[in-house]
Amino acid sequence: MTVRGPAMLKIEAVSKRYGYGASAVTAVDNVSFDVAAGEFMSIIGPSGCGKSTLFHVIGGLTGADEGRVSVEDEPVTAPHPAIGMVFQEESTFPWRSVAANVAFPLEVQGVAKRERLERARRFIALVGLKGFENHMPGELSGGMRQRVSIARTLVSEPKILLMDEPFGALDEQTRLLLGEKVLEIQQELKQTTLLITHSITEAVQLSDRVMVMTFRPGRVKRFVEIDLPRPRTAEVMTSDRFGHYVAQIWGDLREEASRGMAAQEERVRTHPGV
Amino acid sequence: MRHWRHRLLPVAVGLASLALLAAVVELMVRSSLINPFIMPTPSSVFGSFGRLIGEEHGLARLGATAAEVLAASVLITVVGVPVALLLHWRVRLRAAFESWVAALAAAPLVLAYPLFLVLFGRSQLTIVVMAFAAGVAPVILKTVEGFAGVRPVLVDVGRSLRLTPSQLFWKILLPAAIPSIFVGLRLGLIFALLTVTGVEFLINIGGLGHLINELAERYDMPGTYAAITFVVLVSVIFFAILESGERWLARSAR
Repeated sequence: MTVRGPAMLKIEAVSKRYGYGASAVTAVDNVSFDVAAGEFMSIIGPSGCGKSTLFHVIGGLTGADEGRVSVEDEPVTAPHPAIGMVFQEESTFPWRSVAANVAFPLEVQGVAKRERLERARRFIALVGLKGFENHMPGELSGGMRQRVSIARTLVSEPKILLMDEPFGALDEQTRLLLGEKVLEIQQELKQTTLLITHSITEAVQLSDRVMVMTFRPGRVKRFVEIDLPRPRTAEVMTSDRFGHYVAQIWGDLREEASRGMAAQEERVRTHPGV
Repeated sequence: MRHWRHRLLPVAVGLASLALLAAVVELMVRSSLINPFIMPTPSSVFGSFGRLIGEEHGLARLGATAAEVLAASVLITVVGVPVALLLHWRVRLRAAFESWVAALAAAPLVLAYPLFLVLFGRSQLTIVVMAFAAGVAPVILKTVEGFAGVRPVLVDVGRSLRLTPSQLFWKILLPAAIPSIFVGLRLGLIFALLTVTGVEFLINIGGLGHLINELAERYDMPGTYAAITFVVLVSVIFFAILESGERWLARSAR
């Protein structure tokens, strides 16, 4: 069992519903957990388990109906300066160069141009895009653009990095390589990180701890401590223990994913064409 | 070499194609494949430029048309973009008026020139107002479309970085909507130029449209076609200005 430090991020009995009356859907139900300083935690669950809702609530973009989110005991009711968000969808600004994209948060904070470009260059190098500073996002691949988004979030040095399936749209090999990159950065910056994902391998590869969620309403099903050595080399990832964690999480997730699939089929049957 | 391939080669190919087309028309007219009474030879059109500038005050007329198009374009921009913003921000207003604006864009407003003559008199003001009325609708429609089409994730990025509403507008919404706004401005400019020359032609005042009418009535076909070429020149100048404006905005947003 890993010994965790004091909680940096605290989620206490958070619930979120959408809609009203009979058509109301509980997306997240009474979810509580905390993330320690420097910890890498992943949330995994089937589609429709409220992962993205939780991401928006923790990021302060959507209010919770019940419960409380706090950073070092300070409640989060709107986007918080200590939380940096990386979104699932491609989110670079196509009209800005890579350097201007990464420097954007510093620009809106009023940091002088020279300093912000210098700091941007440091984070561009950190995500492995040195030499691409003056390229436009349209000239980059999907994986490179997502790295620009990560650098843009990291540049303002948030205490907590919150990521919603950042590699969801990428192919498996790129995902694994970018996962390694993110892990490298997380270790270097000792960044508290909360990753939302639907990839079991990704969750085990990157995390100190994985929280498995149930299908709708999204509740905490189980926490799995990933007690694997770091760095998570190819050798670690092909080890029996790695496979054991993947199997254990899949065991938990399989039931939820089946429920999700059945619910989807039911919806198609009762509301064809919707 | 790169510069030649990317910028000069397309221009050269365009000009060469134009010259080739002129040569083909020249041959067809000279060999009477095309009736010379309907279509003058390109060489005679080209030869009329000097006469048009010297005797017909062609440059002053080109200037008058350009000034009317410029005035209408400025009006179209300063009215069209804010109106579009209002429609974007007020969903009910948008629901109430968007179809009407689309109908206005398709209406042959030039035919309503007698009404505008009564309202604004036989002056350049009428021409500018009519060009504005014809060109403003596409700018409104494409600007509304541009703002509505901004990807929500870009707004979320801005919100997560705690941008003020003003920063969100100037740094994310507007740059994201610029390409669509410029499509609207190009369409607005086309409509404005067509209306300016059309109304000048119909009410016999102002610049090149008036000149085309006069020359056509005198049955000066080379002169008429040369004056039409001047209209094309006005169009080329305005498109070049618009394009460099868009490039400048794109550069300053980088």
